[in-house]
Amino acid sequence: MRITVTVDGTRYTDDVEPRMLLVQYLREQLGKVGTVVGCDTSNCGACTVHVDGHSVKSCSMLAVQADGSEVTTVEGLSRDGRMHPVQEAFHDNHALQCGFCTPGMIMQSMDLLAEDADPDEQTVREGLEGNLCRCTGYQNIVRAVQDAAHRMRPGAGPDAERVADETAMSEQTRAEVRQS
Amino acid sequence: MIPAAFDYEAPSTIDEAVRALAEADDEVKILAGGQSLLPVLRMRLAAPAKLIDLGRIGELRGVRSDGDMLVIGAMTSHYDVQRDPLLNEHAKLLVMATDTVADPQVRHRGTFGGSLAHADPAGDLLAPALALDAEMVIAGPRGRRTVPAAEFFVDYFTTAVGEDELLCEIRVPKYTGWHAHYEKFNRVAQAWSIVGVAAAVRTDGHMIAEARVGLTNMASVPVRARGVEQALVGQEATPEAIRAAAEHALDGTSPTTDGNADVAYREHLAKVLTSRAVSAAATS
Repeated sequence: MRITVTVDGTRYTDDVEPRMLLVQYLREQLGKVGTVVGCDTSNCGACTVHVDGHSVKSCSMLAVQADGSEVTTVEGLSRDGRMHPVQEAFHDNHALQCGFCTPGMIMQSMDLLAEDADPDEQTVREGLEGNLCRCTGYQNIVRAVQDAAHRMRPGAGPDAERVADETAMSEQTRAEVRQS
Repeated sequence: MIPAAFDYEAPSTIDEAVRALAEADDEVKILAGGQSLLPVLRMRLAAPAKLIDLGRIGELRGVRSDGDMLVIGAMTSHYDVQRDPLLNEHAKLLVMATDTVADPQVRHRGTFGGSLAHADPAGDLLAPALALDAEMVIAGPRGRRTVPAAEFFVDYFTTAVGEDELLCEIRVPKYTGWHAHYEKFNRVAQAWSIVGVAAAVRTDGHMIAEARVGLTNMASVPVRARGVEQALVGQEATPEAIRAAAEHALDGTSPTTDGNADVAYREHLAKVLTSRAVSAAATS
């Protein structure tokens, strides 16, 4: 079946099997291996991406269901070689140990910050309830999300503006990407 | 894991979906939000020949008011239920139960009608729908029919929806001014309910004038706790009166033992959680 999906600002048209999971499509067809598969049971949230602005577990969605949608993965967050403020906050707060849960944690953190720009600790923990860190490094993850909220609040500087630009990238065809 | 191969069709109207169901001769499954079905397919616990995806049918989404009823499109996501102003005003119990479903990612994709049609006895939306006397509108080749919640849930994962039919909307009476609470007991975040209790009460001063109580996971289907409701009506909302009423919580239940809890523990939970849910609702 033919689908057209915009992933991290680039438009792709592909023939996929109906049974192909969105995460498989991202990793195996597009090579976006920044999005990982952790558990295969919908529990861990490591495969979290945004579809049309909302976080989803990409192991629990078919690629064909994303036809016509805009997908953002952890690979689409940096701008001009600079990390997104949420990524920077994870880096600066040592919010990872093995790092496997990090792509999903960052994508879900962005979702929860879009819902609540200044979350308290409990709100952060509940917002991340669908994401597991098997290193149990939750303390620093929660700290990083609150730090990111601080960095992104109005008047925090140019970094905050970039969040709104997330989907404003130009469209390229698959062929153009392959040439580059 | 990767699901077994299947054919896929994504109709854009309810009529098209009904036709697609009628034309499918092999085993067919309806795909709503997919948050229960896709894990099942991935683990190869099911391998239907065809999926009919309702995700492109705009008329199945959204909440509207129809006189003294609310009409919820079956494909309205949990996320949209949580934020819907009509539901927050007239059917708060459904919103509060939805708040406890799984996690934010699942609530973005999962749907109200999908949960009801899946009919997992541990699902959190069945008991509230039953307690609020919801009606299920089912579309099929012979037109539409309406089934009350009390007849909709038949058994484990089994509803009144026939093989050539689909659940298209849920009609819920308006409970304007009622107070509600959903009390869920589970072990860890995002886990299924071991037992849950849905309570809605209308108070008149300190008195409980009307009550609706439903139990999650105390039988193969949700259970309406009518004994509790009757014992509450006309009582002052004191802790003693509520605890006494909650003693009736086991009427009509047939809980089972599983890895989470045995029968005696579930029965204990049903009473305690009923008391908590009614207290929280009455004092909210």
